[in-house]
Amino acid sequence: MDRTQLLLTLSIALFCLGLVGVMIRRNALVMLMCMELMLNGVILSLVTFAERTATLSGAVLVFLVFVVAAAEIAIAIPIVLLLSRQRHTLDVGAYSELKG
Amino acid sequence: MSLETLLLYFFAAAALAGGVLMLIARHPMRVALALISSMLSLAGIYALLGVHVIAVFQVLIYVGAVMVFMVYVIMLLDVRDPSFLERYGRAMVPSVAIAAVLAVALSAAVSRGKMITAAELAPRHADRAAATFEVQPFSVEFIERYWLHFELTSVLLLAAVVAAIAVIKAGRRHDG
Repeated sequence: MDRTQLLLTLSIALFCLGLVGVMIRRNALVMLMCMELMLNGVILSLVTFAERTATLSGAVLVFLVFVVAAAEIAIAIPIVLLLSRQRHTLDVGAYSELKG
Repeated sequence: MSLETLLLYFFAAAALAGGVLMLIARHPMRVALALISSMLSLAGIYALLGVHVIAVFQVLIYVGAVMVFMVYVIMLLDVRDPSFLERYGRAMVPSVAIAAVLAVALSAAVSRGKMITAAELAPRHADRAAATFEVQPFSVEFIERYWLHFELTSVLLLAAVVAAIAVIKAGRRHDG
């Protein structure tokens, strides 16, 4: 298998594993981590294409995405902390009245 | 098979194994450790590709900042909460089916697509020097052409810090 194809397939596999994790796991923190896995899969495909076409701006874009991911975690964790302070559980089933 | 290809397959398998372990592991701390091993394998892949800057960023920012923060929060929260004992929610079968369909469709597209070779690609980028991903050319490009974006990320981080403080403050007012 070609190297690019191998890396793209790995990126797809990581994205889908993360997607399954977000949908089936119940713990809010685990769901957050599965979202990180999805993001990592997408970044892998971005790096693969940037390396293949030898574009430095791709590397800069990856750096910016890293910063955005760090900011995302910095917001998401306080929200999870607040949720767990209210109900004393991280099970997302306990927050089902949040829907619609 | 060269050593590089062998290492590439090894790191790819390790990243996949970390992803699968994340779905199986029960305790959030084990999930975090699986995610960390997956991210470290991805950093190895980036280093093998020659994209050293991104490999370093992956280790420093993701493993060093984001995941350490995550592990810290898990240790802070998970003392008496037994909710992790039940791993999976109700929508297990449809969600696995959706993800499987997505995976099959995407990998069919990838395997059908024709790969452009580097030689075909070269004339399109003839106007610019062959970019390498070492630290020095990256830094020069970054500071000379993308300094505004770099400054804007600091604004974004400042906004994130303010928002995090605001979220915590709002929760406190709600409690008391």
